Amino acid sequence: MKLKLATMALGAVMAAGPVMADLVFPSLSYRTGPYAAGGIPFADGYADYFTLLNERDGGIGGVPTRVIECETGYNTEKGVECYESTKGEGSLVYQPLSTGITYQLIPKTTADGIPMHTMGYGRTSAKNGDVFSHTFNYPANYWDGASGAINYLLESNNGDLSGKKIALVYHNSAYGKEPIRTLEELSAKHGFELVALPVDHPGQEQKSQWLQIRRDRPDFVLMWGWGVMNQVAVQEAANIRYPMENFIGIWWSGSENDVLPAGEAANGYKALTFHNVGTDFPVFDDLQKYVVDAGKAAGAGDQVGTVLYNRGLYAAMLAAEAAKKAQEIHGTDDITPAMMRDGMEALEITEAKMTELGLPNFGPAFSVSCENHGGDALVGVTQWDAASKTWSLISEFKATDGDVIGPLINEDSSAYATENKIDGRC
Amino acid sequence: MFYREAGDFKVSYVDDSQTFPIKFDRYRYYVVLAVAFGIIPFIINDYWANALLLPFLIYAIAAIGLNILVGYCGQVSLGTGGFMAVGAYACYKLMTAFPDVSMFIHVILAGGITALVGVLFGLPSLRIKGFYLAVATLAAQFFLVWLFNRVPWFYNYSASGQINAPEREVFGIIITGPNAPAWATYLFCLIFLTVCAVIARNLTRGTTGRKWMAIRDMDIAAEIIGVNPLRAKLTAFAVSSFFVGVSGALFFAVYLGAVEVGEVFGIQKSFLVLFMIIIGGLGSIFGSFAGAAFLVLLPVVLKVVGADMLGWPTDIVAHLNLVIVGGLIIMFLILEPHGLAQLWRVAKEKLRLWPFPH
Repeated sequence: MKLKLATMALGAVMAAGPVMADLVFPSLSYRTGPYAAGGIPFADGYADYFTLLNERDGGIGGVPTRVIECETGYNTEKGVECYESTKGEGSLVYQPLSTGITYQLIPKTTADGIPMHTMGYGRTSAKNGDVFSHTFNYPANYWDGASGAINYLLESNNGDLSGKKIALVYHNSAYGKEPIRTLEELSAKHGFELVALPVDHPGQEQKSQWLQIRRDRPDFVLMWGWGVMNQVAVQEAANIRYPMENFIGIWWSGSENDVLPAGEAANGYKALTFHNVGTDFPVFDDLQKYVVDAGKAAGAGDQVGTVLYNRGLYAAMLAAEAAKKAQEIHGTDDITPAMMRDGMEALEITEAKMTELGLPNFGPAFSVSCENHGGDALVGVTQWDAASKTWSLISEFKATDGDVIGPLINEDSSAYATENKIDGRC
Repeated sequence: MFYREAGDFKVSYVDDSQTFPIKFDRYRYYVVLAVAFGIIPFIINDYWANALLLPFLIYAIAAIGLNILVGYCGQVSLGTGGFMAVGAYACYKLMTAFPDVSMFIHVILAGGITALVGVLFGLPSLRIKGFYLAVATLAAQFFLVWLFNRVPWFYNYSASGQINAPEREVFGIIITGPNAPAWATYLFCLIFLTVCAVIARNLTRGTTGRKWMAIRDMDIAAEIIGVNPLRAKLTAFAVSSFFVGVSGALFFAVYLGAVEVGEVFGIQKSFLVLFMIIIGGLGSIFGSFAGAAFLVLLPVVLKVVGADMLGWPTDIVAHLNLVIVGGLIIMFLILEPHGLAQLWRVAKEKLRLWPFPH
């Protein structure tokens, strides 16, 4: 066995031979398992944007980018293996697309000095950059999502939710439990009643939860689901004839994959978002020309323009912009993870910059600072039209309730700081 | 020629009943120990520790534990994941409640707590056996995972329901948390594995193990010749759960560092450890090692060869992994039901006669 290990080590060393002068962006993706429906488009979008940068601009600041893909299957053990096997290659930023893996990697990346970007997932209190030096979750996080959903409901109910009943159908994991605290605070503030209904991994079995919804008749249903759980929930809601326009999912429950199986019945289902939908942006012409037509698209190449593909693209764009910023700050093209971190912390996305990148109005303008790793927390709402099979933005990106979220973030991050003996940096 | 009893004279009963009576075996054992303790800690790096060696060592402890129950005592259990979760959560509660106590003590206490829980869930084994017992332990699996998800006390009321291992040390060396050096975590787990394996080996060679095996082979006959089934079955559950609990504690505290019970200690974990002992060999300590090594290394080898060296798409490699593991399990069940350990045993038999088989 020792011999086998030795040969493997040799193999690993050969495979991991560092190719310098590349900007390495590892992609901890999952194209298999119950969450693959969400993992595939995101990974494709992430990879395609870097391919586009290489083909069109010759990389970032003249340095070619390299995406290393590693399959995690949404599994934390494989996530650890992927992290360890890619971190030696000069990986600039990790985006695990899994709240479970994020929790694992927060201390590890901090110890190794590699930044991690958990866009719209992960540990919400990582917004407090004072405590979480290497973790970023701009432009929005789960608590913003919870507050954004409630704000939207307030708006459509003339600012009054008192006496209403809101159910939360959530994935029974760290991910799904995240919004509960915020929603509890908000329910006290606005006087609505919150009913939490957990759904166990992987989420195919939701009969009892929807039976309860059918019995209790909540005025609105919020959902924190992912992967196969979303499709099942939308289908179950359709089965009990729950009015779809009162059913709002988090941004991870709002892609084409989630609503298509229910067909016509899913019409009117809503989901939150922090970026725009569709392909009506100049960058998609470039993508078509340099990547898709050239046969260089990642995966099967059939995901272009889907909600999660756009999110992967957006994540890649933010990473590339941060890398540019880092090159600017440090005056060198060949940046290290530490420089990348500085770039992320100084990131500023403006309307002008988005237009310049071929993505006008694609996402909200925001800026990152040492204290604020979470951006400006602007959340929009999209709605599904089953006839034309498209998502459309029905509510612009609006601010969330910082008065409720701010203290919660401070509370949770200071608990983490005392637990891990972290002093403030800012 | 070199692997034989002949010429290796024993002059005392102690010598005669030692664990490795054949000289070659004994030296091989010492060499493995010397390499594991004396060489690997000096050349180990983060990747090796976290991707290969830690999971191997920890799964080997779990496999030994399950092997005692299933392989030696014949009580089928599907609750391994749940019992590992007990070890992990016990360790977490102890680590956070008594931060200054050495990790060694925490892990052993976590094992002890799991042993108690294991005995509790082992009680049905006195009345039911076979498939029915498997279902009862399956209930334990689901109940325990549900419990740790449901009761916030177990995860110290954290918002996400996750447990995170804080930094803890042994003799001033950090063992848990992100700053723990690779060699320290490796040695910590290796010490536990070595001690567990030696204890398991000697238990199964002694009276206790013989009672377990008697129960496994025919429980009524065993009872008639004076084996107390209550004690035999419950000790098997206790010892097995102790090992499984230790492995769960190490899995959480040293290897993963953050755990979400439904995902990490779900039913898949129970099956994975069961596959380890089936492929490795039921009723064999070596088999536990072989099975754990096999199922930990195989996905990594496939990934390194398929995705990194040959450049295949990652999803193809991941699917291929499932196909190959499934195929191998079927192949082993048909061709060699006693697993890798039996192959090893046959090889040793052949070596003993070699080069003059008849």
